[in-house]
Amino acid sequence: MWLFPGIIFSLGMLIPGKLSLKLQYDGDQVFHIVPETFQQVQHLQHLCSTLLLDLWKPQLPEDIRAGEDLHIRVPASLVQEVKDNLDHHMISYKVLIPNVQELMDQSMPKERSSHRQGPEGYVYTQYHPMEEIYQWMTQIQKSNSELVTQHYLGKTIENRTMYYLQISQPSEKNKKIIWMDCGIHAREWISPAFCQWFVKEILQNYKSDLKISRFLQNLDLYVLPVLNIDGYIYSWEKDRLWRKNRSPHMNGTCYGTDLNRNFNSSWGSVGVSYNCSSETFCGSGPESEPETRAVARLIEKKKSDILCYLTIHSYGQYILTPYGFTTEPPSNSEELMHVAKKAAAALMGKYGTSYKVGSTSLILYDNSGSSRDWAHMIGIPFSYTFELRDNGTYGFVLPVDQIQPTCEETMLAVTTIIEYVDQKYFPGGAVMLTSGSLGLSLCLNVLLTWTAS
Amino acid sequence: MELQPSHSLASRAATLATGYLCYRRGSPGRGLALRSLRRARRKDIDDVGHKYYLELVLEDVLDKDSTVNCTAEVLYHLGNKRIAPDVQFTLEGELKNTDEADNVFYNRIRSLEKELVAENIPDSHGNVPPEMEPIRWLAWAASGYVIWQNSTENTKFHLAQIKHVKQVKRSDEYLEFDYVILLHEMVSQEIIPWQMTVLWHPKHGVQVTQDSRQPKHTSE
Repeated sequence: MWLFPGIIFSLGMLIPGKLSLKLQYDGDQVFHIVPETFQQVQHLQHLCSTLLLDLWKPQLPEDIRAGEDLHIRVPASLVQEVKDNLDHHMISYKVLIPNVQELMDQSMPKERSSHRQGPEGYVYTQYHPMEEIYQWMTQIQKSNSELVTQHYLGKTIENRTMYYLQISQPSEKNKKIIWMDCGIHAREWISPAFCQWFVKEILQNYKSDLKISRFLQNLDLYVLPVLNIDGYIYSWEKDRLWRKNRSPHMNGTCYGTDLNRNFNSSWGSVGVSYNCSSETFCGSGPESEPETRAVARLIEKKKSDILCYLTIHSYGQYILTPYGFTTEPPSNSEELMHVAKKAAAALMGKYGTSYKVGSTSLILYDNSGSSRDWAHMIGIPFSYTFELRDNGTYGFVLPVDQIQPTCEETMLAVTTIIEYVDQKYFPGGAVMLTSGSLGLSLCLNVLLTWTAS
Repeated sequence: MELQPSHSLASRAATLATGYLCYRRGSPGRGLALRSLRRARRKDIDDVGHKYYLELVLEDVLDKDSTVNCTAEVLYHLGNKRIAPDVQFTLEGELKNTDEADNVFYNRIRSLEKELVAENIPDSHGNVPPEMEPIRWLAWAASGYVIWQNSTENTKFHLAQIKHVKQVKRSDEYLEFDYVILLHEMVSQEIIPWQMTVLWHPKHGVQVTQDSRQPKHTSE
């Protein structure tokens, strides 16, 4: 049953030092057979030794048993012969790995590819534990010091430090702010993965992408990759489906406040529990939790400059607008919906993923004390909650191979919102190209002229 | 009364209908999921309950390009929360035939010398070993029964993870598995452990013969 560690181990055995492995195992297949009779066992032992087949499980031919899993790697050149042989002897088999080389390519660290890896080989298409995210933040600032600064936000209940990254293009201008936080709920691993992806994309493309360079002239991006650090660590180490923070209650017999019920937005009114053992426990009072206070303090301080508050969750595929505690629409409801629909359409354009758009109270459930509602109530006009993939098939345990597509499509939605905000508050005017983007557009123009002629 | 498909009550009813469908039509070779809800209407029936009329699009998770349209009616009974909602559905078109995959799985399990045991499917990173896929889709179908039996207008259940599964050998032709699953209830956000005893045979479909809600891990 624990196939993957076995496969990785077996793959590891295939790698002799640092030899180039290009295509050495291309077309090789791994067969899974459960021999039914002793005759079949004998035949398979004979086949393995005659054809010198690579036994992955068990290790030795003499350990092949009826009723037990047998995994054999068959070289590409022998695949047909082995299949014919098994068919002839009425031995059923399943192809477990149709191409060993492909699987190896996926598992091995690759050379730099601008999508999956960034500076220093950080892999954005894997989930990372908190230690690695801390290191990543330090590294990102070091490698992009002209644009990125890491800032202290506060401490968690277990005394861990909370940092956010500020992406800010040096300029004389007084810029406005876009705030995005991820990981307020521990089990929603795709959320911090997206914040990291977002930062990587901005930093990789701000010189060449005209839209990004336009909005960075007017907007600073504040990104908090993991808000609920203690909870996130707990979901890695103890309970994958943990949601809340780790504040102790009732003499340490019960843990955790739902941070997204703990903000001062009609706190404690609906959609909460007053019982610590519940997943939606709202805490002992509004902003009772240090994590909530840390975020609220900064946002309060900067609120006159913050145009957009985004908070990233999973799962369900929603872009949610205020409010959760009432069905009364916010004052700018129409515009909020218009922009959210634009964002959802942009997202859908990538892979066809369909997001629902609307106010939390109407399309999801009642809740009070959410960060998004609080942000809007203190005056931040564009406040949205994202619930990323999927729809429930994997839910919180979204497979690693969906990190990239989820991040790519979500990027489109988020940049649609940022661009709208940028154009609304910094309308028209000459688009000042940085020398980089100017150079690129000149080159493209020359290229087009050449190819056209 | 017409409802927006994105309306919370409509999507809860759709999720329930899908769960019921999974129970009736699921198998180790077929994982049905809701692709989208196209239309929803609701009727309040005095002294009876609330009835929803739904137009759903379903997909087979194992064959994502294929979708099937479905109409369903869901009746939540007034008052007595102990009665499961009534669900009826009509599929427009055929679901992909899974006989071959079902038989391969059936024979494989029957030929095991030791009873199958497994944990954490999918694992923390969403991985499911290929040979565990049928075990997972069987749980998916069986969980549809539990979801159906325990849903109300204020709940939206999904199978979050199989915590533990153990095969129970039988002398008759059925396969039996004892599962402990984790259900995620969206409205309360609770993770609810649930034990279920599942019987299956390629020709006789999925049956949940016994199920019970388990206490939450109370240590933290």
